[in-house]
Amino acid sequence: MTLDWQVFLTDDGGGRTYLEWMMEAWRWTLAVAGASWVVAMITGAFFGTLRTLPNNPWLVRLANAWVELFRNIPILVQLFIWYFVVPKMFPAFQQVPGFVLVVFGLGFFTSARIAEQVRAGIQSLPRGQRYAAMAMGLTTTQTYRYVLLPMAFRIILPPLTSESMNLLKNSSVAFAVSIAELTMFAMQAQEETSRGIEIYLAVTGLYALSAFAVNRIFAYIERRVQVPGFIAAGGTGGGH
Amino acid sequence: MLGNLDLSFVSWDMLSKFVLSGFIFSIQLTIVATLGGIFFGTLLALLRLSGRPWLVIPATFYVNGMRSIPLVMVILWFFLLVPLIIGRPVGAEASAVITFIAFEAAYFSEIMRAGIQSIPRGQVYAGQALGMTYGQNMRLVVLPQAFRNMLPVLLTQTIILFQDTSLVYAIGAYDLLKGLVTAGKIYGRPEEAYLLAAIIYFTLCFGLSWLVRRLQARIAIIR
Repeated sequence: MTLDWQVFLTDDGGGRTYLEWMMEAWRWTLAVAGASWVVAMITGAFFGTLRTLPNNPWLVRLANAWVELFRNIPILVQLFIWYFVVPKMFPAFQQVPGFVLVVFGLGFFTSARIAEQVRAGIQSLPRGQRYAAMAMGLTTTQTYRYVLLPMAFRIILPPLTSESMNLLKNSSVAFAVSIAELTMFAMQAQEETSRGIEIYLAVTGLYALSAFAVNRIFAYIERRVQVPGFIAAGGTGGGH
Repeated sequence: MLGNLDLSFVSWDMLSKFVLSGFIFSIQLTIVATLGGIFFGTLLALLRLSGRPWLVIPATFYVNGMRSIPLVMVILWFFLLVPLIIGRPVGAEASAVITFIAFEAAYFSEIMRAGIQSIPRGQVYAGQALGMTYGQNMRLVVLPQAFRNMLPVLLTQTIILFQDTSLVYAIGAYDLLKGLVTAGKIYGRPEEAYLLAAIIYFTLCFGLSWLVRRLQARIAIIR
């Protein structure tokens, strides 16, 4: 069997080559993953922090419920809910573009995992740090803002890296609700050209490349924000 | 809020006609992929820990390769390649089983590798001192403990696997989700069917992870 890469230079019937289509699909993948990442980080950090609050059992329970809800339903089903069920239940959502719904679907799904990591990061800090902050008269907000969260985030950078790469891979599920991203391109172009192997190889390569780029970006951040003497340089296991 | 939703189409008749066979396939796929994934994953882990470059490098390449590709793409790849390799078309269901064993083996191998490495070296040396071969040492000393140590993680991975089986949607295999979606279409209640899918998956996964947490607590006491 010979590979025929010429297929990428042929017209897809809409005035653009398959290569151009694939590049556009790649941009969609990066846009979906990037926007979802922002949603996931904000909500994940928020609910992860709530889960460690002292003296607020109801907020802790609420945050725990959030994590369980978004962790125990397959991402594909969650996307269908956002895309089909939410607009039906709340007519206001009918005006919202599909892209935004998918971003919230992927973002909240990932936020449950990030909340779990943030909680673990905060709880891995010595109890004395919280007490020290209290003894200095910091409010709870200040304690988290200046003492706990800066260290917790540094500790959880390695698992955060793999979760961000997971998010990029999970964005492939958006094909199911007609987002024109890489997997959607792979399925349609494969059908139109019957050159599945070349198409899939190129798409797989782009996914691997994107995941690798995420990995490098986080490795860079990890080096830049490292606090000397706290977490071993280049360590992959997190610090305890 | 639930005003426009109507779950009254849910009946035993509907469930047994459209959903049951899909549900059984999802469970079968989960069990077969877990057992097959743990078997081949353990082999991969042993290859990676063998210390022989011609075994370590291909196994590492396989595991890292699988782990850097989205599962949906892996499903599509196998659906494309399996018929080319064996020379005749296979159904979406058979393709899904092969895919999940091959894909999950990579993830289970990482868990088993951690499990094997969690056994103190001294135990391996003790086995060698008793004159055990490599195979005996692994089978009688290392692996039983590695499995035991990693049992909660293996089960958690199985729950994730069960959720991931819904992705066979990409090749149209008839699983739990597909069964519900089909029923939703036929009864004209697609949105309610998605909601029902969410409820079923949530109940199963939440219940299972609760069991895993209890198991974890019991194992922690024994150790």
